[in-house]
Amino acid sequence: MKTNLKWLNDYLTPGLDLSEQAILDLAQQIELTAVEIEEVGQAAAKQDGLVVVRVDEVKDHPDSDHLHITQVFDGQEQIQVVTGAPNVAEGQLVILASVGSHIIDRESGEMVKIRKAKLRGEVSYGMLSALQEIGLPDAVCPEPIENGIYVFDEKAGVNPGDDALEVLGLKDPMVDTDLTPNRADLLSMRGMAYELAAMTNQQVQEQQVSEAPVSATQAVDQVTVTSASQSLATGVALSVINDLTVEKSPLALQRRLWTSGIKPTNNVLDAMQEQLLATGQPLAAFDLATLPDSNLTVRLAEEGEVLGQGDGEETIALRAGQDIVLASGSQVLALAGIQQDPNFAVSEKTRDVLLVAGQYNPSLIRQAARRHGLRSASSFRLERGIDRSNTQTALASAANCIALLANGKVAAGQALVGFNQEEQVTITMPLGRFNQVLGTSLTEDEILMLLRKLALDVSVDQGKLTAVIPGRRTDLRIPADLVEEVGRLYGYDNLPTALIDGQSTAGDLTGRQKKIRASRQIMQALGFDQAISYALMTPEKATAFNIGADHPVLALNYPMSSDRTTARQNLLSGLIDDVAYNVARSVKNMALYEQGRVFLNDNAATQPVEQEHLAAVLVGSIAESTWQPVVKEREVDFYAMKGRVESYLENIGIENVTFKAAKEHQNMHPGQTADIYAGSVYLGYVGQVHPEFLAKQKLPAIFAFELNLEEMIDVAKRDNAYQPISRYPQITRDLAILVDADLANQEVVDLIWQTAGQHLKTVSFFDLYTGQGTPENKKSLAYQLTYQDQNDTLVEEKVTKDFAKVQTALVEKFGAEIR
Amino acid sequence: MTLVEELQGFLEEATTELAKADVDVEAVRVTFLGKKGKITGVLKSMKDLSIDEKKEVGQVGNQVRTAIQGKIEEKKAAQAAAALEEKLAAETLDVTLPGAAPKLGTTHVLQQIMDEIESHFLGLGYQIIDDPVDSPEVETDEYNFERENLPKDHPARDMQDTFYITPEILLRTQTSPVQSRVMEKHDFSKGPLKMIAPGKVYRRDTDDATHSHQFHQVEGLVVGKNITMADLKGTLLSIMQELFGEKHQIRLRPSYFPFTEPSVEVDVSWDEVTADTKPEEIKWIEVLGAGMTHPNVLKMDGIDPEEYTAFAFGLGPDRFAMLKYGVEDIRQFYLNDTRFLEQFNERGN
Repeated sequence: MKTNLKWLNDYLTPGLDLSEQAILDLAQQIELTAVEIEEVGQAAAKQDGLVVVRVDEVKDHPDSDHLHITQVFDGQEQIQVVTGAPNVAEGQLVILASVGSHIIDRESGEMVKIRKAKLRGEVSYGMLSALQEIGLPDAVCPEPIENGIYVFDEKAGVNPGDDALEVLGLKDPMVDTDLTPNRADLLSMRGMAYELAAMTNQQVQEQQVSEAPVSATQAVDQVTVTSASQSLATGVALSVINDLTVEKSPLALQRRLWTSGIKPTNNVLDAMQEQLLATGQPLAAFDLATLPDSNLTVRLAEEGEVLGQGDGEETIALRAGQDIVLASGSQVLALAGIQQDPNFAVSEKTRDVLLVAGQYNPSLIRQAARRHGLRSASSFRLERGIDRSNTQTALASAANCIALLANGKVAAGQALVGFNQEEQVTITMPLGRFNQVLGTSLTEDEILMLLRKLALDVSVDQGKLTAVIPGRRTDLRIPADLVEEVGRLYGYDNLPTALIDGQSTAGDLTGRQKKIRASRQIMQALGFDQAISYALMTPEKATAFNIGADHPVLALNYPMSSDRTTARQNLLSGLIDDVAYNVARSVKNMALYEQGRVFLNDNAATQPVEQEHLAAVLVGSIAESTWQPVVKEREVDFYAMKGRVESYLENIGIENVTFKAAKEHQNMHPGQTADIYAGSVYLGYVGQVHPEFLAKQKLPAIFAFELNLEEMIDVAKRDNAYQPISRYPQITRDLAILVDADLANQEVVDLIWQTAGQHLKTVSFFDLYTGQGTPENKKSLAYQLTYQDQNDTLVEEKVTKDFAKVQTALVEKFGAEIR
Repeated sequence: MTLVEELQGFLEEATTELAKADVDVEAVRVTFLGKKGKITGVLKSMKDLSIDEKKEVGQVGNQVRTAIQGKIEEKKAAQAAAALEEKLAAETLDVTLPGAAPKLGTTHVLQQIMDEIESHFLGLGYQIIDDPVDSPEVETDEYNFERENLPKDHPARDMQDTFYITPEILLRTQTSPVQSRVMEKHDFSKGPLKMIAPGKVYRRDTDDATHSHQFHQVEGLVVGKNITMADLKGTLLSIMQELFGEKHQIRLRPSYFPFTEPSVEVDVSWDEVTADTKPEEIKWIEVLGAGMTHPNVLKMDGIDPEEYTAFAFGLGPDRFAMLKYGVEDIRQFYLNDTRFLEQFNERGN
């Protein structure tokens, strides 16, 4: 809220020091004690040289149909100024930006210096200005800029030579505070006064206006009010002001409003707005004569009701059963607390005004304001919580203000509904609680002194503190709230700094956490950069690379963009997006991995199963050198990626790993994809992304894998078993066989292991040949078998016998030809 | 010429041969020392000599043989040395050409920050809660909001606009719900609860340089019998000094979160603060929110707020990384440009 500190000083004794440095210090104190500061300063900013002048003479410019040559008097001398203002007239008091003055340029927002100028041959010593031209936003200026320059009211009490910025209130010191949702009390001058009084040790004077003349008829004889339910409003109060004259407000009121960000309109509404700012009590004013029925009702909107008349854009379709309306007979006057029907508004013809102050249900107001996209100063305050003990006082004060300003009379009394006696809020708590929570050692006196600064009525009895909470502090309800008040007023800077006393517990990673950390380390050692991609994507991407069965998509009910609607079920889609991003930026070689959650949803009514997955992509060259012929031409291929998976699985502790050709992965190359198993447990797959899939996005070949980390954490070994290295010699045998071209290596290796006997240590594949000399549909495979006995020297004959068994089995099972 | 003279002449002759640079050493050996060599030839021809003469010629023959043998070995060694030198010279490389460098992978910068936070709190005896059961990214409205003292309709729900899947299920907007999931299970007879919960969170935001619909949070919580706000202040000072350097200071400002009371916003000094630094010269940067856990939150998780007090804080790794490295666009963290990722290597340690 924008707080005019000059206005605020009406409330404070002895009053704030308004010097520049004191205001900066105050702002700092507000930040450290209450809420954040958006801005400190004056609306005038660094503008200067703006002076009030009297227009003594106006002549048409001889060479222009719209320019005028004026002679203006600045209190000391006559000055010639050429102006294009259509409304300039002799005798007016207007604003002159004199030669050498600085003003904020309306278009650019930059500070500009005014210079002597020649306009079509006539010299102009400065510029006559509108409010919009000296830094006030269009939204708060009473007249549109097309109407011309600003003209002071004759009754404004200003004289030629006065500092225009000063008399317009633009030099008033302002503090614009941000607001936390709890501090609704800081949405009024009155609440702000109590807060700053606590910080600066001042006394608060409540500002109530009550001295207006009284009209002949009481309010209840002119209007009545009923409410459909206490749940719609805890109280609604009506006041009437009779026989008034609607006109422009005096400058003193107008400048209060425009510095606070509100556009002045007429004296009735301006006084009402001023009182809203002063008290925080939302108010609405109606032309009493226009109401069809003098009985007002507060109720929920009915089916088909609209606010406004006709069927133009000005009307608002109300939500039956949910919007609170204020009605006169069957006529809806307002969406309560949010918007009024302009047909019943106060106009120049209005003589009698109905003023309404309501305490509408905050939750319903909040929903309605959101629903209709209308947020007003009133709705905002109602949502956050107003001082319900002050509604009638605020209304009375506002009625008096309006009457005084508009020469009217206030009808005695108020028409009321609700206002059942509310229980006074008190908080009782052990005094020791303050130090127990804050870690301080404050004395009883210190605690009481701090709470009394906030004008709370506090007392202590047998170690228990009781505080009576004023209506404006809707945020103080439980002991912890008072602890906060003491803490912030004492100053968080003054809190001691400690580290938890008592028994110290050991912190340690769980086995799962250690495996996940190890998993990342291995991937990085293998050369993959860790990526973190977006978990929300399109439904197609969310399921494009799933391990195992597809699950129903987990879609947001109100997404922000069509790209991010669905929670992922695989990580590869995100990594492929990353590849595309890099490729578009001419990055050719990439090795990326990601570890993160996927979301598998089988029942829309419950939370999905979340699994940690690990996925990686390899793109481009994996060469380590840029120039050496042997290693230069290493484009990534299936085996490069498979080797990395093997190395990863070996290091993370997965045993009995097998790869099986997998043709059924929709977006993977059917001839270059393998499912990966640890024993019978399915872990995921490795392969080339389908060339068709890549062609659509114009991407180069991508080799990828995706693994279910949850399964791996379960099956991975958690120990390194040490086996002494055998002292006995190894014996090797080379095996070359000619087999059918479609026989998988895995089958050969499996058979070797099954038939090799107990001394076989390793089988290493070392040649694949399908060239010249191999018959059609055949291939030649070569393996080296290494035998070793852990405890004895192995004899040649034994190995020869074992080896022969392998050869025989290969011949029998696969029809292999031993070469 | 006597046989002795002849033998002695061989030594001279062999020496001369071996002195030649490109001599075939083996040929010299065969010529002089071979079975059919010159020395053997001379020795064979002494059958007509007297015993004494034979003895003398035999002795001289052996001396000459040994001497030539020596010369040959010498020459062989010299030739081998020369050959090695030549080979090494031939193998000489331009050592300034680039090497064949295996590429190492890098840890994502956000992961690095989270790892650093985790290490710090492990050292202080905290548990890390990051498994899908206690820290799900898809949460219920109950745990994400209601248990955090944010009933439906609470105005503060505006502060964190939410991606809903159903009216009751949503993408978590904070890692705070992990607190409730852990608190309701903790056995306080075994001591206080000290935990952090790192993880992804989601808000209904339009992505731009400073907003991201996905970011990270590390929630911290300590519940015990005498936990104070001074403890919170000390804990936050220690983690901020860990992340930003030990000469940095923090300050606490009042704020509002529905799940803490009192609530504070925490600023860290942009520069180091020394005894000479004037308070007005310190530039403060807002980094996190914290507070004493609201009694309602404790109650909802089955903890007696009269007996126990607690503090909680929420750290933002994305914001820390932006501040620490001057990253100006939060989207960089999630686009995974390898030229971005690879700048954050082990040099940072």
